[in-house]
Amino acid sequence: MSAPAVLLETRGLSKNYGAVVALRSGDLSVQTGEIHALMGANGAGKSTLVKVLTGDVTPNAGVILLDGREVRFGSPASARKAGLASVYQDVSLVPLLTIEQNLRLTGTTMEAIRPWLDELELEDVDLTEYARDLPTPTLHLLDLAQTLASLPRLLVLDEVTATLPADLSERVFRVARRWRSEGRAVVLISHRMTEVKALCDRATVLRDGTTVGVVDLETSGQEEIVSLMLGPEAASVVVSEGAVADSAPAPAGDAGAAVEVRRLRSGILQDVSFTLRRGEVLGIVALEGQGQSDLFECLSGNRRPESGQILVQGKPRRFRHPIDAIGAGLVLVPADRALALLRQRSVLENIALPMVSRLERWGLINTRAEGRRVKSAIDRLEIDTRAGSRVMQLSGGNQQKVTIARWLATGFTTLLCFDPTRGIDIRTKDQIYRVLRELAASGSAVLLFTSELPEIQLACDRALVMFGGRIVAELSAHDATEAALLRAAHGLGRGGGDSAEQAS
Amino acid sequence: MSVAQPANRPLGGPSFRRLLRRNAWTLGTYVLFLAVFGFTLSIHPDYGPYEVRSLVVGALPLAFCAVAQTCVVLGGGIDLSIGAMMAVANVVAARYMFHHDFQTAVLVALLVLVGGSLAGGLNGLIALRTRVPDIVVTLAMSFVWGGVALLILPKPGGGAPIAFMEIASGNLFTPWVPNGLILLVGVVALVWVPIKLSRLGLALYAVGSDRTAAFRRGVRVGPTRVFSYALGGFFAACGGLALMMSTGIGSPLAGTIYTLSGVSAIVLGGVSLAGGRGGVMGPIVAAFVLTLVPADLILSGTDPNLGQVIQGCLIVLVVMAGGLAPLLRNRVTRKTDETTLSAAA
Repeated sequence: MSAPAVLLETRGLSKNYGAVVALRSGDLSVQTGEIHALMGANGAGKSTLVKVLTGDVTPNAGVILLDGREVRFGSPASARKAGLASVYQDVSLVPLLTIEQNLRLTGTTMEAIRPWLDELELEDVDLTEYARDLPTPTLHLLDLAQTLASLPRLLVLDEVTATLPADLSERVFRVARRWRSEGRAVVLISHRMTEVKALCDRATVLRDGTTVGVVDLETSGQEEIVSLMLGPEAASVVVSEGAVADSAPAPAGDAGAAVEVRRLRSGILQDVSFTLRRGEVLGIVALEGQGQSDLFECLSGNRRPESGQILVQGKPRRFRHPIDAIGAGLVLVPADRALALLRQRSVLENIALPMVSRLERWGLINTRAEGRRVKSAIDRLEIDTRAGSRVMQLSGGNQQKVTIARWLATGFTTLLCFDPTRGIDIRTKDQIYRVLRELAASGSAVLLFTSELPEIQLACDRALVMFGGRIVAELSAHDATEAALLRAAHGLGRGGGDSAEQAS
Repeated sequence: MSVAQPANRPLGGPSFRRLLRRNAWTLGTYVLFLAVFGFTLSIHPDYGPYEVRSLVVGALPLAFCAVAQTCVVLGGGIDLSIGAMMAVANVVAARYMFHHDFQTAVLVALLVLVGGSLAGGLNGLIALRTRVPDIVVTLAMSFVWGGVALLILPKPGGGAPIAFMEIASGNLFTPWVPNGLILLVGVVALVWVPIKLSRLGLALYAVGSDRTAAFRRGVRVGPTRVFSYALGGFFAACGGLALMMSTGIGSPLAGTIYTLSGVSAIVLGGVSLAGGRGGVMGPIVAAFVLTLVPADLILSGTDPNLGQVIQGCLIVLVVMAGGLAPLLRNRVTRKTDETTLSAAA
C-alpha cells in the first residue's frame, strides 16, 4: 500500500436554504486507503456536506480540493467523472425504469457492473425488472454496485446500512474494506457506533453544521465522539446509556391490562397472543419481515385482522380505520416520519391535527386552547421549533418528536412505537427513551418495536421476540441482552430458558 | 439469498407474460377500440372506405394533440396550452398557404413545425426558470397563444392548396388506407420512435418518473424537461396542420377545445398523469375511440348532449378499471412475498 496521501480536502464549506443554515463550516480531510466516518447528531450537516461533495448541491461558500487542486461540481455526473460518487440514504434508482435502463442512463456497461454484482451477491437479480418492483434492500445494493462500477476514488456511503438487514450490511462493509485495501477511500455516514468503531480508521465529527473535531478511532473511543457530537454543555446529559434503564421503575405486578391480543392472525401473523399492561414499556424484537409490521398495523387500525381479538381495557374492539384505534386510545408513531406528518404544514398544525375535533366550537377551531396544549407538548419534548413553519425543514429527530408530541397533546392510553429512533442521533434517542419511560410511569402503556437491540434494555420492562409471524420468546429487561435477543430473533433455541442461562 | 428471491417471483414469470403485463393497458385500449369499431359496423352495415377516411381525418388532430400531451406528461409536466398552440399553427398555415402553390405550403408547414417546437420549448423554459407550477404557466400561455391566433386570423378563413390537403385526406394506395393514417404512423415512427430508443428518451422517462433519482443518475433534468415541452410543441404544430388539412380552413378557436380532449385521450391511453409511465400508441388509439364514440352516438340517434355524458362516463369507467388492475396485482404480489418470507423462515 502506498503511503497515505490526502485525497480530498474541504475548507469552510457552507450551505443555507433560505434562513435555515444546513452547513456552516464543513472541513473534511480524507486520505487514500482509509475508511473515514462522518458523524454528528441529526441536522448536524452530514448529509449536506456529502451532497456538496458529490455535486448534488452547490455550496454557498468554501472550497473542495481534490489531490490539492480546487474543483467545482455542477452535478452528480461531473463529480462522478472526477472520481467522487455517493450512495444515498434514499434509493436513487428511477422507479419506473428497469434496472438495465437505469444502468444505461448512467452509461454503465454490463461488463463494468458484472463483477460488482457478483461481489455483492446479486447475480440472481433480474435486471429487466422495474426498479419499483424490487425490494428496497436489493435496490440499495444495486445502487451501490452501479456506483462501484465507475470505480470512484472516493466512495461515499450515506447511511446506506440504516435500512439494511445485518447480513446485507456485511456485504457493504466487505466492499468498503476492499476499497481501503486497494488504496482508494470511503466516507461512511452511520449512526451505529459499533459499526463505525469496527470499520473506520478516523472520524470527523460535525455539530450544528460545523466540524468540531477529528478522532482517531484506533486510539480513542465512543465517549470522545459522543461528547464532541453533543457539545460541551450537553455532554453531562448523557452520562451513560444505561442511565435511563436504572431510573426505570420496576413493573407493577398489579397493573391492569391496557391491551390484550388474542390469537391474532393477519398477513404472516400466526396466532399471536400477548398482554400489554398499563405502566410498562413492552419491547418487540424481530428481524426484518417477521410480522412485526402486520402486528402494528392491526393494532393501529391500518389493517384488519383475519381472525383473533384485540381487547382494549378488557373490551373487545374492532378497528376498521385508524380513527377507531385512536378513539380507543391506541396511537401509532411510525418509523417513517413522512408517513405521519404533513410535511408542508407547521409544527403547530401537525401536533394539533388529531385533537382538532375535540376543540371545535360550532365548527370553528379554538386556536387558543389548541396553542396551549401544543405548547406544553413542545416544551415537554424539547422540540427545536426554529424552522417550525414547515415540518419538512426540521431534522429527522425533531420530526419524530413532533409525531410523539401530537399524541401527547391529543391524549392516549397506549403508544405504539414502530422503530421510532431509526436514523436518529444519540441525544434525541436518549430523550425519546426518557419520554417513553415517563409515559409508562404515568400509567400509559407503550409497545416499542426497535431494530436496535441495545435499546431494549434501555427502555423496556419486557421484550417479546417474534420470528416467522409468531412470538417465540419472552424476556425480562434483565435477561434481554443483545446476544440473547439475537439468538431468539434468529429462531434459535427456546428463547427464555437459553437466554436466562446466558445472562447468568 | 433473501435478496435474490424476488427475481424468481412467479409473477416475474416468462418474459412474454411480463411484456403482456407491462403493456396490458395499451392492449386494453386496442380491445376497447375494436369493441367500439365492431359496434359501429353493427349499426352501420354499409361501412366503407369513405367512412374510414372520415374517421381518420376526424381523429388526426386529436391523435397528434394526444401525442403532444403524452410527450410532456411522460416528462413529468403538463401543457394546457397545446390546444391554443394547435390553433396558432392552424391559422398561420391557413393564412400563409392561402392562394399559394404546394411548395410554398410545404415550406410554411416546415416553418410552423419549427415555430411550434420553439413555442413549446418556451412554455417549458418559463415553467423551469420561474419555478411557477407548469399547470399555471401553461394555462396562462394558453391565453397568450389563443390571443396570438386571433391576432393572426380574427375570424375563420384562409385555406391551403388542394394538393397539400390531400396529404391527410387523400388516398395514395388503397381507399381503405387513407393518407392521414400513413402520415400519423410516419411522423410518429420518424420522430418519436428514434427518441424513445435513444438515451434522451430514457432520460425523458426517468425525469418523469423521479426527478431527484434522475438527477443523481446524471441526467440533465432541466434541458430534458424543456425538451419534452418542445417535443409537445412540435406535435401540437402537427395537430394544427392536421386540423388545417381536415377542415380546409383556418379557425382561431377550433384548436382550443383539443386541450382537454387530448388529456382525456392520454388518460384513456394509459399514460400516468404523474409522469414516467405510458407510451404514444395507447393515446393514439384512444383518440380514435374518442372520435368514434360521439359519431356512433349520433348515428344511433342519441341526444348529442346525452352523448357527452356517456363519453365522460366511459373515460371514468375505463380509468377506474385500469386503476383496479394494479391494485389486484399488488395484493397477489404481497401474498407471494409473504409466503417466500415464511418459507425462508
